Amino acid sequence: MKFSASDWLLLSPELVLTAAGLLILSISVFFGKAKEEFLAYLTVLATAATIGLVAFLSGYPGREVPILGGMFVLDNFAIFFKLLMLVSIVLTALASVRFVGNAPYPGGEYYALLLFTGVGMLFMVSGNNLVSIYVALELMALSSYVLAGYFKAEIKSTEAALKYFVLGAFSSGVLLYGLSLVYGVTGEMGIPELAKIFAGAEKSNLLLVGILLILAGLLFKIAAVPFHVWVPDVYEGAPTPVTAFFSVGPKLAAYAVLARIFYVAFARFHADWGLIVAIVAAATMVVGNVAALLQSNVKRMLAYSSIAHAGYALLGVLGFRTEFGLWGILIYLLAYTFMNFGVFALVVFLETKGYAAESVSDFNGLAKRNMTAAVVMLIFLLSLAGIPPTAGFIGKYYLFTSAMKAGYAWLAVLAVLMSAVSLFYYFRIAAAMFFTEGEGAPLKSSYALTTAVLICAAMTILVGVAPQPVVEALRACVIKTP
Amino acid sequence: MELMGIWIPILSIVTYIPLVGALAIVFLLPKEKTGAIRTLSTLTVIVGFVASLPLWFFFERAHPGYQFVEIAPWIPSLGVNYHFGIDGISLVLVLLTTLMGIIAVVCSYTAIVERQKEYYVLLLLLQTFMLGTFCSLDLFLFYVFWEVMLVPMYFLIGVWGSDRRLYAAIKFFLYTLAGSVLMLLGIIALYFYNTTGFLGYKGLNNSPTFSIEKLTLVAQSMPVELQIWLFFAFFLGFAIKVPMFPFHTWLPDAHTEAPTAGSVILAAVLLKMGTYGFVRFSLPMFPDAITTPWVLGVMVTLSIIGIVYGAMVTLVQKDMKRLIAYSSVSHLGFVMLGVFALNMAGIQGAILQMVNHGISTGGLFLLVGMIYERRHTRLISEYGGLAKQMPIYATYFLIMALSSMGLPLLNGFIGEFTILQGAFAKSFWWAFFAATGIVLGAAYLLWLYQRVFFGEITNPANASLPDLTGREQLTLVPLVVLALWIGLYPKPMFDVLRVPSEKIVQAVGGKTATEPMLAREEPGASGRAPSPGAALP
Repeated sequence: MKFSASDWLLLSPELVLTAAGLLILSISVFFGKAKEEFLAYLTVLATAATIGLVAFLSGYPGREVPILGGMFVLDNFAIFFKLLMLVSIVLTALASVRFVGNAPYPGGEYYALLLFTGVGMLFMVSGNNLVSIYVALELMALSSYVLAGYFKAEIKSTEAALKYFVLGAFSSGVLLYGLSLVYGVTGEMGIPELAKIFAGAEKSNLLLVGILLILAGLLFKIAAVPFHVWVPDVYEGAPTPVTAFFSVGPKLAAYAVLARIFYVAFARFHADWGLIVAIVAAATMVVGNVAALLQSNVKRMLAYSSIAHAGYALLGVLGFRTEFGLWGILIYLLAYTFMNFGVFALVVFLETKGYAAESVSDFNGLAKRNMTAAVVMLIFLLSLAGIPPTAGFIGKYYLFTSAMKAGYAWLAVLAVLMSAVSLFYYFRIAAAMFFTEGEGAPLKSSYALTTAVLICAAMTILVGVAPQPVVEALRACVIKTP
Repeated sequence: MELMGIWIPILSIVTYIPLVGALAIVFLLPKEKTGAIRTLSTLTVIVGFVASLPLWFFFERAHPGYQFVEIAPWIPSLGVNYHFGIDGISLVLVLLTTLMGIIAVVCSYTAIVERQKEYYVLLLLLQTFMLGTFCSLDLFLFYVFWEVMLVPMYFLIGVWGSDRRLYAAIKFFLYTLAGSVLMLLGIIALYFYNTTGFLGYKGLNNSPTFSIEKLTLVAQSMPVELQIWLFFAFFLGFAIKVPMFPFHTWLPDAHTEAPTAGSVILAAVLLKMGTYGFVRFSLPMFPDAITTPWVLGVMVTLSIIGIVYGAMVTLVQKDMKRLIAYSSVSHLGFVMLGVFALNMAGIQGAILQMVNHGISTGGLFLLVGMIYERRHTRLISEYGGLAKQMPIYATYFLIMALSSMGLPLLNGFIGEFTILQGAFAKSFWWAFFAATGIVLGAAYLLWLYQRVFFGEITNPANASLPDLTGREQLTLVPLVVLALWIGLYPKPMFDVLRVPSEKIVQAVGGKTATEPMLAREEPGASGRAPSPGAALP
């Protein structure tokens, strides 16, 4: 394998992000007193520069450019995910400014780890070989375990990190075992090559076990039932900006990998994994939504809600042979990123203002204390519940369409009913904000956090009211199934 | 609409005037300036009503299709258009909505004292969403308005409602949402049947569209069993909104807990969305489903149960507002019976009765709200002998009650008579059960009137109640005028409704001959001769 000049260019986003992470780490080591805010804005700047680079590369001549001899690939699909994940890092850094600044822990490691997680995610979505995907996934996972335990003196945070690490390592093992079985059967690791081999091959039981194990490993990462038990604890214990990040960034990467492996490499065996995914999707929607009904802790409720959303997105995986399947996933993930991050950002907002935002009652009377925050929160909640005209509705519409087209009408019925159920717990927060009296002075938000929240709100409404440009752009990002 | 050679998107203007007003209040007026907020809201709804009046005058009665049509691409990837247009059915409902908007705003002046800015903003938003629902000719657009409408109503009940408002608000939202999400799947199924097919059904391979006109034709060509499935998907959405028995349990709670303006809007406009859905979508789209005997049997049975059961439950209510709320179940059962009679008289009567119910029940809620503002109780047992103390109030109440129970010369009579005619043409028994509903209706309203207004004043708290103010009368006068107008001279209404009703009846393969008797014209009075089958069969 040899490096060519174009490889360096195509890898520049990942390289810039790595360099930025190392730089921030060095700054915090050598200039211990460096201001946390400065590091946060440096992170934002570096990530924004990377966004620029990715945008520049999206015009790179020729589609589906192989990098490093086919270990990675740069196609529209990867570019979409890279942009969205980088945006989620920018949002996380903005939401972290006060939060991490007020905490008694060095900020340098925090932002460096955030960027390293980002590097792992960027590599993951480009990965075109089972080995490169696995290595990238581990880079992402190891960095994020540490992020979860970043508030190391707090028991909950440490517990979250430990749980995340133990279960995450276990699931990585399962994934790796599956990869090794597939390699053992085929002697091949490249995804396009696998697709070619499978095109004419008969399936063997060993291969199916391998596929099943890979599926289980990835379902763990997207937090689908029955691999979801870590989510509420980790989401509750981790620092809230980190939770916000976990609920979008790493999930995006896992979806990208899931789509790439199962749409391209294992497409031929969809009859075998289709039913499993359907059952998992149904269970995920039901468990996520019903468990969320029972929560009084906001972070746990939102954790279960994000489990439920993983279930909706799986509908798109089932519809991969239809026009709407992957297209729907992309639209939905775009909507989900902004609306879900927005909700968590508002939890961060309350926490930095001294309210624990632990229970729903911490939202009491928010409308009186900060009307804008309450209205924006309402928009996110409506979008999560799939009420038009919001991004969440458009995303769900495509996913339901995909499920109907793929012949899973029962799953579509279940999905719409579950999304009606979800309104009940989302609107407990709405009711607390608008209907109940709360005490306290008016709340003011920091500029950084306000920016993050407003970006999310603007996208949630924009994609809902004028979806055409986004929807059309995403149509071009769908990868082809062989 | 063309005016002096300039094309005006009149429907969009009418729809978005309240939205513009709401935005102006949000951004221009601080919440302390409650007087200015009220004035601006009132101005907005009045301008909206005035802007909607040309629709009535420029509307061509004989035009077979939709009028004032506006169309522009919205989401071309899906074939979704921004498509507005109205026929006679939506015309009367749009006018009812803009009129009720004024009444809702004006009746809130003194009733709402807290968080006025938010209140009027929500009321105006609701107005826009309701108008959008009636004007939409694109199924996707319709669904967007249909769903988003729930949000302001939820907050109106939840913030300004009475004691059990939280429960009532979320119940209202969840019930209606659960129904409408299944309708969404029905819409998706229609979309696929028109394009590439789904679930083993071969699609028609047309270009993707959500146009209601086109999809109506597409749906009619579906096999019967698919039509029945989709009929029930849409049915749930609409029946919960109407509400038909047994989906009515959200209604007494929502009506009772909502603030007066909320109840008025709910009764006058929101419930009509459901019945509108039946005549606009269910009947023309799924004629083979609705004419399947067991489906029609179920529908008519539910309607009749609604009429009789609703009326009987109404009789035993102790709370005035709850009483009127339950009477809606009975009245809407009537409307549904008219719809499912599937003939000219039934459908025209049903649509007319939708308007009538808006006028009389809206008026009754308004009146209950006025007495509630004075006494802060709605229990019937707290009152008695009010006729002496508040003669003007008693008069208005009597007119509205009589209009609601269907006394001749008032609007309710026209609607109920025409529905009965349509039902009778189908079956003696349908008309028989429906008529018992009318008798019970007279019973509960007269009994209510007797207990509240007649006799001596027994409760000292009622001894010094002030009679209606000028502003309060102002909200009632338009309703009384409309009730008398429709009651005395319903022909203009029937004229507007004839053509669209004819289309629906033809779609379901019914006889267009059973014209409403009350709409018949003298031979030679106009170009249109009465059809030979116009007499009672």
